Amino acid sequence: MSAGLSRTGRSLILLAPLLVFLIGFFVWPLFSMMSQSVSDTAVLRLLPRSAEVLPGWDRKSRPTMPMQTALMEDLKAVDDDQALGDMVRRLNSARSGFRTLMSKTTSALGDPANPPADLVSIDKRWEKPEFWLAIADALSPLTDRNLLAAVDLGRNAAGDIEHLPADQSVNRVILVRTFWIAALVTFACACIGFPYAMIAASLHGWKRDLMLAAVLLPLWTSLLVRTAAWFILLQERGLINDLLQTLGLIDGPLPLIFNRTGVIIAMTHVLLPFMVLPIYSVLITIPKNLMPAAASLGAHPLRAFMRVLLPLSFRGVASGSLLVFISAIGYYITPALIGGPGDQMISSIIAFYATGSANWGMAGALGVVLLVATLLLYSVYARLSAEEPGRR
Amino acid sequence: MAEFIRFDRITKFYGPLCVVENLDLGIAKGEFVSLLGPSGSGKTTLLMMLAGFEQPTSGNILLDGTAINAVPTHKRDMGVVFQSYALFPHMSVGENVAFPLQMRGLGKAEIAERVARALDMVQLSALAERRPSQLSGGQQQRVALSRALVFEPRVVLMDEPLGALDKQLREQMQLDIRDLHRRLGLTIVFVTHDQSEALTMSDRVAVFNKGKIEQIGTPRQVYDEPATRFVAEFIGETNLVEGVVEAVEGAEANVRLTSGAQIVSAVSGTVAPGQTVYLSIRPERVDLTEIRGDARNCLETEVTDSVYQGDHLRVQLQNAAHPLIAKLGRRSREFPPGTKVYAAFSAGDCRVIVP
Amino acid sequence: MKTIMKSGILAAVAVALSASLVSPVFARDLTVVSWGGNYQDAQRNIYFKPFSEKIGKPVLDEAWDGGIGVIQSKVKAGAPNWDAVQVEAEELALGCADGLYEKIDWDKMGGKDKFLDSAVNDCGVGAIVWSTAIAYDGDKLKEGPTSWADFWNVEKFPGKRSLRKGPKYTLEFALLADGVLKDELYDVLATEEGVARAFKKLDELKPNIVWWESGAQPLQFLASGEVAMASAYNGRITGINRSEGKNFKVVFPGSIYAVDSWVVLKDAENKDAAQDFIAFASLPENQAKLPEFVAYGLPNKEAAAKVPAEFSKDLPTDAANMTDSISLNVDFWIDNAETLTQRFNAWLAQ
Repeated sequence: MSAGLSRTGRSLILLAPLLVFLIGFFVWPLFSMMSQSVSDTAVLRLLPRSAEVLPGWDRKSRPTMPMQTALMEDLKAVDDDQALGDMVRRLNSARSGFRTLMSKTTSALGDPANPPADLVSIDKRWEKPEFWLAIADALSPLTDRNLLAAVDLGRNAAGDIEHLPADQSVNRVILVRTFWIAALVTFACACIGFPYAMIAASLHGWKRDLMLAAVLLPLWTSLLVRTAAWFILLQERGLINDLLQTLGLIDGPLPLIFNRTGVIIAMTHVLLPFMVLPIYSVLITIPKNLMPAAASLGAHPLRAFMRVLLPLSFRGVASGSLLVFISAIGYYITPALIGGPGDQMISSIIAFYATGSANWGMAGALGVVLLVATLLLYSVYARLSAEEPGRR
Repeated sequence: MAEFIRFDRITKFYGPLCVVENLDLGIAKGEFVSLLGPSGSGKTTLLMMLAGFEQPTSGNILLDGTAINAVPTHKRDMGVVFQSYALFPHMSVGENVAFPLQMRGLGKAEIAERVARALDMVQLSALAERRPSQLSGGQQQRVALSRALVFEPRVVLMDEPLGALDKQLREQMQLDIRDLHRRLGLTIVFVTHDQSEALTMSDRVAVFNKGKIEQIGTPRQVYDEPATRFVAEFIGETNLVEGVVEAVEGAEANVRLTSGAQIVSAVSGTVAPGQTVYLSIRPERVDLTEIRGDARNCLETEVTDSVYQGDHLRVQLQNAAHPLIAKLGRRSREFPPGTKVYAAFSAGDCRVIVP
Repeated sequence: MKTIMKSGILAAVAVALSASLVSPVFARDLTVVSWGGNYQDAQRNIYFKPFSEKIGKPVLDEAWDGGIGVIQSKVKAGAPNWDAVQVEAEELALGCADGLYEKIDWDKMGGKDKFLDSAVNDCGVGAIVWSTAIAYDGDKLKEGPTSWADFWNVEKFPGKRSLRKGPKYTLEFALLADGVLKDELYDVLATEEGVARAFKKLDELKPNIVWWESGAQPLQFLASGEVAMASAYNGRITGINRSEGKNFKVVFPGSIYAVDSWVVLKDAENKDAAQDFIAFASLPENQAKLPEFVAYGLPNKEAAAKVPAEFSKDLPTDAANMTDSISLNVDFWIDNAETLTQRFNAWLAQ
């Protein structure tokens, strides 16, 4: 009994670095991303007095004097600049103009020589209910506004969920586009990767090594370099267009860059190894005599492929597709450099919120949407591969 | 019987390597022919060319009088049974057997009926829903067999189908296949390197060596009347003794061994007096007596060792010039080493082989 | 998981974690962060190395691509691994309001009156004045554009255009092209009608725009002939002319200039040394060396006066160049960047 316990203890110690790593670099960031997307304490934390007064407001009329006094008291009590910054960022995200309004207000409140009577006397904007509405809506500790906004939804003044106006609705279009591009890239990778893996698996010795090295090689160069190389190849006066024109196959240059075609080409190239390798690893486990057997049983090569080789390599195609698709939906650099404005993918939006405007809530919410999509996809994959025959 | 399959001057090269050389072979309808030989002797290559997996470098393969060199495998209508079964792992046993019928576009009801019959034939009806991986090796091979037979192919090709099975199962399967052959009147070409398997099952055995057929004949012929030294040594165990032909009388020859002894032996080819030949004497045909009997051939020898092997007694002998092995029945008395004995055999139990 | 990694959150967390795990163990050398490229090469020669020699300690330098989120995640995690950072005007304003920077010791810098007004801030000291302007290849266009209206005129000047992907600058340029006067520019843009007008003007040019995201791209497009004109950073344009013998022209009228500043990250390990470094980099004799390498204007008035005429004519701060150019309205953008970016992205996706 005690020996068993100490063995468990020892294996726990051995596992500890892994667990620490997993929790520190995987579970915790994921958890914090998800909590960022719904947590909304930046305003509540600093405005306790306003939080008591504001719920009594009718959300329409001019701000009352007690509201203004409460907010002034709250703002005077703030001594943490960073917390103030978080609050202002949160409010400005809901209502543009809060940044300048708040810095004007706080510096006026901080002037002991000339104490303002009310907020409206500092800036006329405090008269407008919109700004107070933004504060009132930011006072609950949990919010769904980021998650809703991630799919172009929002709450109206009455609190009902409705579509955001068209000129602010971009996420859904970009999400759909992201999944569509990822699907096209996955399809292209499968179309190229399957025959490639089949040929590689049918060869031996140095020929096989060469084919595998050729597909692995791109993985050893940086993504930026590969993307830049495609830029050189695809541009209007690039190698491909020059060659095709020299050969007389085309009259004018083909539009290969700054459009979807270029993005698909470049991303397919970059992600091809993730398709070829899983398919290859499955193909080499398939006995060599199954295709001759099928032929001897009267199957035309195409039917033999459809009935025997394809179902047997399905697991490889599925895991390759999953890898490619999941990698593809996170692509950022390639669409930015090779694509046109209509090829922007969701990662660039996430990057804007995260680094550009430090709006971690929105970045987290979009991340959650991607994560949910990925998990859904994975569950489909898991179910398919569990049902997949011949694997018990 | 009319000739059904004909290999007409078949030659096959892999690069510079010649694996089948100018080979002729005819097989009759309903015949069970084994291609027997060591690995690398070209027997499997010949089978692969018949199935259409390989193309001959030169020569024609005729089926029922028509050249089939240009016919792709899937149109040749030949059932192939592979050494490693080659069952489709993602299909059930029933689906595996149904596969060739589906390829031929048969109706569902007919497929179901024929699959049931084919599985019944190999006593696997109860396992139709199983996956191949859930079956034993013998069961898998029976599935492969029923899959190769279900579409009633014109020829059944078997490439060492029993090689992966253990001895007992292999012997059972040999009998099963032979039984199927007789019941269904199949034409079977069977590749093996196991001479006892070939002898057990076949109507005729073709012995392969280095891309050529050394001898083709019934099991009895290739065993009792080996045409070449290779055949004599490859099939069964034999005593090969060198000698010089002194005279030929009809189907018998007088041979003088190096020890000086005179032997009368059956001859199947043509030999001339003065020619140096080998005599092949099967050990089980040798009798040992302590007094010189009236057998036509009698060699004076001494026992060097005697080993009891259950079903027979193996005695090693030493003549003045060469060793000799005798296999005696279990009822025979023991011969302690050092005993002087006479090794006796008839002229018909001994054969002249031209080197 | 790669997707989320891409979002930068994980990366930022990883940086923060590793920083908090590692940094207390070793005393870190002064770390200065700037924009990379040939600009940082020049800075290394005239600021970093001489300062390192002066204090007798190594000075590390790193490059970054901007983003208040990066600064925020470093400071929030505690003990940031950067000390002095060059930031854009918006990052200065946002970070200063959020308490991400140390207050500047202006006595050390030699007093506020030594600098241009726009270069003086509680949290930052102006480092350069730079412009975003029209650039074109003088060898290909003998008679080039002189205004944003020309930039929009694809009949008179055929060929594609390149603009920075994002609402900042783009909306201003669109309004200028639509005839808005420079003095009324931000008043117009502050209204809903003004924003709509800008997007309407952008609609006209949309099919001909190739968007750029990194500063090197517009020049690459010009060089390869992919576009006929581009908006570009003036320092880059002059730089490529000097290094590669190009004849790219800068159109200063209608250009928008902004000030980049040095800041010291809150509670940075070497915050005092960082202030010393900024003072050193702001000395007239040191700053005056910069235009020889990169054509950026100098915020130290004494330094600006020392620049020889041959370099001075390329600077945004040169009197002739300054006349018709516009100062970036930082307050407008810190209020509206998020909303307008969202709107810009929606417009792009249409």
